[in-house]
Amino acid sequence: MTAGLRRRRWTNRLFLAACTATVAIVLLPLGAVLFTLVREGVSALGPAFFLNLPRPVGEPGGGVGHALVGTLILVAGALVMAAPVGILAGVFLASDRAPRAAAVVRLSADVLSGVPSIVVGIFAYAVLVVPLRQFSGLAGSLALAVLMLPTLTRTTEEVVRMVPWTLTEAAVALGAPRWRTMLRVVLPAAGRGVAAGVIVAVARGAGETAPLMFTAFGSQFWTLDPTGPMAALPLVIFNYAISPYDDWHAQAWAAALVLTALVLAGNLVSRAVIRRSAQ
Amino acid sequence: MTGRRADDAYRATLIVAAAAVVLTLAGIALVVGRMAWPALLDGPWSFLVGRTWNPVTNTFGALPALYGTLLTSAVALAIAVPLSFGVALFLTEVAPRRLADAIAPLIDLLAAIPSVIYGLWGIFVLAPLMREHVGPVLKATLGWLPLFAGEPIGVGYLTAGVILAIMITPVITSVAREVLEAVPRTQREAAIGLGATPWEVVRGAVFPAARSGLVGAVVLGLGRALGETMAVTMVIGNRFDISASLFAPGYTLAAVIANEFSEAFSPEYLAALAGLGMVLLGTTLLLNAGARLLVARVRAGAA
Repeated sequence: MTAGLRRRRWTNRLFLAACTATVAIVLLPLGAVLFTLVREGVSALGPAFFLNLPRPVGEPGGGVGHALVGTLILVAGALVMAAPVGILAGVFLASDRAPRAAAVVRLSADVLSGVPSIVVGIFAYAVLVVPLRQFSGLAGSLALAVLMLPTLTRTTEEVVRMVPWTLTEAAVALGAPRWRTMLRVVLPAAGRGVAAGVIVAVARGAGETAPLMFTAFGSQFWTLDPTGPMAALPLVIFNYAISPYDDWHAQAWAAALVLTALVLAGNLVSRAVIRRSAQ
Repeated sequence: MTGRRADDAYRATLIVAAAAVVLTLAGIALVVGRMAWPALLDGPWSFLVGRTWNPVTNTFGALPALYGTLLTSAVALAIAVPLSFGVALFLTEVAPRRLADAIAPLIDLLAAIPSVIYGLWGIFVLAPLMREHVGPVLKATLGWLPLFAGEPIGVGYLTAGVILAIMITPVITSVAREVLEAVPRTQREAAIGLGATPWEVVRGAVFPAARSGLVGAVVLGLGRALGETMAVTMVIGNRFDISASLFAPGYTLAAVIANEFSEAFSPEYLAALAGLGMVLLGTTLLLNAGARLLVARVRAGAA
């Protein structure tokens, strides 16, 4: 074996080893974060944690029930605002009419998904908090809706495109108008994929913290009125984490465990849904 | 007749929805820009390079936050780019299909974990680790560099950079993977046919074809790092300082907004914070649009 060949072999082995090592290094934090979440979070979990309001430091039995309800309302509100727009815009992109306009819309959606969430928070503050003169769940939902919009648009486009063109042709050949073809043939065929997109968007929205800090703002009480300040799970985690109390740190870990479980479950479910619809 | 009218209405609805996406983006720029206007009015330059941030005297200089944003993002890229490229190459060029399909979703999960969770983990796990183990080792070996001068206190530019690296690695990896997969098979097969080893295939046939797309992937990661808020806010140390040492506490644009916005007590204060947001928005818009065009070019070339 010549020296040149030997060197090439070793270079190649080094490359393969380095690639494999990077995978291990990158997966390490995932394991570490999940492990710590479970270890630190489980102990504070219990019925009281899910059902009660926060209690003063040192008094046992406090919970984050208000924040769970708040996050649910905030995300539902955001979905109501973003889902129709996002899904219809996705259908527009997939319909291949006006390719130049579509390119602009597609680039906008991509760029929008890169806008820092804190800036979206400033936007929602200016649009809803300033005129209403108070922090509100509504403003929080608007911020989350803006963050969900690009995900919804691009996933819908993708899954509608996967519907075989022959289905559309068959419907149109039978004399069905465009809107009916879309509503009765294409969307049902792409339904699972659209649902998966909605789940991913919800999971992303539920974990967003920065844009809620000066829109929904957070609250220590049961909050059902979307025109007033509203509690949210990520805000509780942040506020408890930077507090000096061990009690609250434990609650922050438990809340983080719950939030992460919800978000990861959403991602896994949507992945399974997409895989099944692809078959 | 009604059929056609319904079709027209349908078409109009789609157009309105699509326009709403574009208008949302434009609206954000307009609204935040208008809010920031007063801060930039008496000289955007003094706002950008001012080193003092004192709301009480209405002195707003963004430089320490700007510096912290750039420094933490640079640290993050230095760590994340080699790792992301390694993972992307492993998934596309090295691993058998089934293994790649098993690992890719795990990498995506890293991206799904909310920022505030990384922040929490950063405060209680990473910061102590940096203070007690990583920092002292760096100081002992590289302490002669100004970058690693001073005492590692746990929170600061370096810890924030490491957290950012963890968060942007899945972003860079997934785009890089997409780009690498778009390189035509025939390119690889030609190199293999000439007797190239896998590494030589990557270096000689894959990288040259994918270069601009890989740059796009890095730029997208940078855009994410610049605007990342919660995790950084929780470990950056929150001080308006400019220090050469990575161990020192500092501030970033997004972290200042997160900490101070809801407590801003004067219109000037609010405008200055919106000004920081505008700087952030302008930068990320340019980076994202540029990166998307680069990535699109590689994919179009492959098609």
